[in-house]
Amino acid sequence: MSADPLLAIEDLRVGFRTDDGLVQAVRGLSLQVAPGGALGIVGESGSGKSVAMLTVLGLTRGPNAEIAGEIRFEGRDLVGARESELRAVRGRRIAMIFQDPQSSMHPFYRVGRQLVEALKAHQTMTRTAARERAVELLALVGIPEPRRRVDAYPHEYSGGMRQRAMIAMALANDPELLIADEPTTALDVTVQAQILDLLARLREELGMALVLLTHDLGVVAQVTDEIAVMYAGEVVERGSREAILTAPEHPYTWGLLRSIPRLDRPRGEELVPIAGSPPSLLAPPSGCAFHPRCPYVREAHRRVHPQLDPAPGAVVHDVRCLLPATTRRRLWRELAAPAEGGAR
Amino acid sequence: MVTYILRRLLWAAFLVLVVSFLTFVIFYALPSADPAVLRAGARSGNQALLESIRDTLGLDEPWYVQYAKYMERLLFHFDFGFSYRNDASVREQIFDRIPATASLVLGAAVVWIAVGIPVGVVSATRRRSWIDRIAMGAALVAISAPVYWLGLVVLYLFADDIGRFPVFKGSGSYVPLTESPAGWFGSLLLPWLVLAATAAAFYARLLRGNLRDVLSEDYIRTARAKGLRERSVVWRHGVRSAITPVVTLLGLDIGILLGGAILTETVFNIPGVGRLAFSAIRGADLPMIQGTVLIGALFIILANLVVDVLYGFLDPRVRVG
Repeated sequence: MSADPLLAIEDLRVGFRTDDGLVQAVRGLSLQVAPGGALGIVGESGSGKSVAMLTVLGLTRGPNAEIAGEIRFEGRDLVGARESELRAVRGRRIAMIFQDPQSSMHPFYRVGRQLVEALKAHQTMTRTAARERAVELLALVGIPEPRRRVDAYPHEYSGGMRQRAMIAMALANDPELLIADEPTTALDVTVQAQILDLLARLREELGMALVLLTHDLGVVAQVTDEIAVMYAGEVVERGSREAILTAPEHPYTWGLLRSIPRLDRPRGEELVPIAGSPPSLLAPPSGCAFHPRCPYVREAHRRVHPQLDPAPGAVVHDVRCLLPATTRRRLWRELAAPAEGGAR
Repeated sequence: MVTYILRRLLWAAFLVLVVSFLTFVIFYALPSADPAVLRAGARSGNQALLESIRDTLGLDEPWYVQYAKYMERLLFHFDFGFSYRNDASVREQIFDRIPATASLVLGAAVVWIAVGIPVGVVSATRRRSWIDRIAMGAALVAISAPVYWLGLVVLYLFADDIGRFPVFKGSGSYVPLTESPAGWFGSLLLPWLVLAATAAAFYARLLRGNLRDVLSEDYIRTARAKGLRERSVVWRHGVRSAITPVVTLLGLDIGILLGGAILTETVFNIPGVGRLAFSAIRGADLPMIQGTVLIGALFIILANLVVDVLYGFLDPRVRVG
């Protein structure tokens, strides 16, 4: 990570007061994104990744929200920022796209009009200029016949085209950072790959940073340099893409890797689901948050909350696990062993 | 689109037929006063007179013959017949009274929209604030208060003849717009407010509920993430979606009321279609009852058609080819 990160989140805590108590959605999240960098945040639903990123944009603020910690973007604090300052950041410096492009566009307005609206929210330009730019943006994200499609309604687009249009809208004001929240989850598999390619290409061409939220390690593997794995509102492991994919050290990451099919593994190898279900955020587990589901849990893990410590010997790799590093590496070698056997 | 409207109009004609038939049947099936006796008035003891009245009005013929004759005149001559009571043309009587009813209803609609929509939006966006609680409390009172009661209360309080604070024109002061715009406006102020009160409350509650749902939609989050002002988010993205059912309701309400706002017209003694219908029922004046019922049905059918066409403009997803 470079000395001057574009986005730096330090010990972020986000809770929501409900009738049942405080839902601790994010519990001490720290991460950085370098200018032009690409970070993938992986976690199940309820891991806090979406809430954390919505908080960056100030979109979780409300009478029932409790937000503490620090979010610095280009050196400016966003947690304490006034609403008007945040509005100048939203859609201008940081843009965000969402999981379901169908419901994320206003059904009653033409796509072009929604693009123009995004442009005009931050720039003074004539209607014709804005419309021209809207057509350009649609072309940039690979929508065929943009001049005709600019006047279509969202329901006249296919799912993939709608997500492309959402991306175009996000790019309207040349943001420094694009946050993509499960951008491919609602799409067909073939379209998923196209959208990921598009995101990778745009990031390269426009030099913007990308934060990709997903529950699918396969998705982040395609487009990001760094990966952070979130569980129960905190990062449990983070590091370079290679480190996380080839030498993961956290049992939860192992579980994620072993629960997805991979082409580099022998055919017929069994997928192993992670036992149990995500923890309640009303009363997160004591000690290590993963201990109720961890196959390697020891008595002390129920009491001691692990810190996010550098993995010994690795350059960019931190793990939040109480198991000794040597034990972790031995366990992963054993788990990964069948792959080598199959590759023979 | 054109074939769609044509189909709807044919359907409307059929409905009018059914409505008129039902009115006829109900009139004859249910016990009512003898129109001939009512017409004869003080001289109703005179059998010969009653006979001649029955003969002139065609009352001695079987009801289905009467119905056939009535429909023939209506369909081929747009003739609604003549009042049993004073031989006045039903069509003229009704058309003369439409402006008063239209003034009352359209003016009230302006008031209830101007009040109901902002209140609904403010309540939805500041839910559980004191302003929301006060607005919804007031709405509950307004919905619960019947028009005739509310009308009499405001007359007692504010009418210039009997009121405690005589600031507004009272009952029976209606002046047509063409005669005196200022007089028209002054005389209708209280009726507008009274007729609008319930509707405004209802619209505010409807919009509040709809808008609350809409504001949790994904596209509202997108609008915020774009960096739009909260005002644009709420009005251009939120209200734009939440207003559609309100527009539907508005069309139907106006359609229903144009057929006669009986209670308000009666309380404020406004010479509208509603009062005409009311006195026709009391006088067993079948042609007049038929006429007002048919006009009412026609307005409702037209309102439905307008609403359906309008819906296509409001929601591009339901636009008909």
